[in-house]
Amino acid sequence: MSAEARPRPGEERRATARLWAIASVLLAGALVSAAIGRYPGPFLTPPAALFHDELARNLILNLRVPRIIAALLLGATLGGAGAVLQMVFRNPLVDSGFLGVSPGAAFGASLAIVFLGGAPATVQGSAAAFALLGMAASYLIAQRIRFGDWVLRLVLAGIIVSATLSSATGAVKYLADPLRQLPDITFWMLGGLWAITWRDVLHMLPVVLPCLVVLYLMRWRLNVLSLRDETAFSLGVAPGRERLVIVIAAVAATAAVVSKAGQVGWVGLIVPHIARRLVGSDARRALPASMLLGTLFVLACDDVARTLLNGEIPLGLLTSFVGALFFLGLVLRRQAVGRS
Amino acid sequence: MSAPALAFRGVSFAYAPGGPDVLSDVSLEVATGSITAVLGANGSGKTTLLRLLLGLLAPTSGTVEVEGRPQHGYSRRDLSQRVGLVPQSEPVAFELSVLEFALLGRAPHLGLLALPGAADHALALEALERVGLTALKHRAVPTLSGGEAQLATIARALVQQSAILLSDEPTSHLDPANTRRVLEVLRRLGREGRTVVFTTHDPNLAAAIADQVVLLRDGCVLAAARTAEVLTTERLSATYGMEVEVVQLRGRPLVVPHS
Repeated sequence: MSAEARPRPGEERRATARLWAIASVLLAGALVSAAIGRYPGPFLTPPAALFHDELARNLILNLRVPRIIAALLLGATLGGAGAVLQMVFRNPLVDSGFLGVSPGAAFGASLAIVFLGGAPATVQGSAAAFALLGMAASYLIAQRIRFGDWVLRLVLAGIIVSATLSSATGAVKYLADPLRQLPDITFWMLGGLWAITWRDVLHMLPVVLPCLVVLYLMRWRLNVLSLRDETAFSLGVAPGRERLVIVIAAVAATAAVVSKAGQVGWVGLIVPHIARRLVGSDARRALPASMLLGTLFVLACDDVARTLLNGEIPLGLLTSFVGALFFLGLVLRRQAVGRS
Repeated sequence: MSAPALAFRGVSFAYAPGGPDVLSDVSLEVATGSITAVLGANGSGKTTLLRLLLGLLAPTSGTVEVEGRPQHGYSRRDLSQRVGLVPQSEPVAFELSVLEFALLGRAPHLGLLALPGAADHALALEALERVGLTALKHRAVPTLSGGEAQLATIARALVQQSAILLSDEPTSHLDPANTRRVLEVLRRLGREGRTVVFTTHDPNLAAAIADQVVLLRDGCVLAAARTAEVLTTERLSATYGMEVEVVQLRGRPLVVPHS
């Protein structure tokens, strides 16, 4: 039998080839992104400018490169977290906005803008802290619900916490100075990477990298955790404990990137769907594909956000718009397949 | 004499502390390499008994033994290498292929961060061959028919390589042809020396393949003995609260309800 098993099935080989193709496109995309912008002229900075134009060199090394790295971290985190949360919650319509994470970050950011002086470090710290608190509150409430399985309890708790935090954010906005603070809150919520520096990248890396590595290493286990609790248990898995480790890693990475980038919606929802279409549902390939495609998607949107117009287009606005269109396409296509 | 594969020693279980017993003072033994049917009406405690055997629930009192040792003495991973489960139905939220699905049976043998290798793939392919699903190995599990999906679940349990196989109502939602396919596979596993315990509310299913029948009513064991001794007109009429007649057909008991 082992001789039969050695040649990998054609479909699996094709999926792996697609994964490498996505990675190559991403690498090329990252390099091209460094060359596009609105200096010295719109859209393209000639590579030669690196040698004779000091402003161009500074711009690329100190603004574009950290911004590109931040986009890579943001996309990999949102795409990867979306994929793993969908699997552990056995629900393809889940993303990291779920479980009170994004509403928590939004509340934390607006609270810091209105009551804590609004310094960038305070806003980011408060956003990350409340993102984690949102998740912790969802978890604690889920533990106290006495009916349904673990997934249903967390979903219900997430809805309750999200609604509560959203109304609290509304209250903070109501109290905000409409000329000074309200625009800041609004811009934070629209999401964007315009203010990213090397320092921000160095703040994100120590949280994001270990979390993504944990998720990546546990990718085959995710397949087992996408089964019902009873079955996962019979396969020697501790479903509750292992899911918790995965959720904490996904949420901590999300809190770290969202605290810097604001609300960048729809990436975690749409990207895993596209990834599964391209490489299949086995998380051994679907998770890395989600991370890579998330990165590609955010990078492309950010390139458009900073080059299309004279002014910056908020990144969250673009990802939500493009993501919703993609989702519409997927839903309509699925219906057509179902009918035929 | 070797220890039984599974044993209940005075096991009682209640879902809430101080609540009513779902199983009370159950004692029974399952011999290694036998096929045992746990038979009873809905709500008689069959599924609870299976969950206790699996280790998913812990008895309120008494002991569950696996291969002669108390079940609580095994780690979860050790236990899952010995006892596998074929659930009643297995909703799969994502479109894993049949091969990828069967491969999940290797989880008890692989570490937390490990990936299955070539030897694991070989076991999965062999299991698919044994249940007759080789041709469908690249099909997505959610697109399978009920019978094929149940066979894929059995293949996963085979890949798990556990000597004991528990199955909850393995054919309850299948048509007669698929029921027969699944029963044939279970019967073959029994002949090959695997211990199979399955629950059912259908006495004819028990009659078809079981060596031993455990008859449950309201959480108590009414009888636990060889199939022909348990499946009698008097016992079954008492269990189901209606008159039934047991006739012999080709050497096997056949249960016919009185109209």
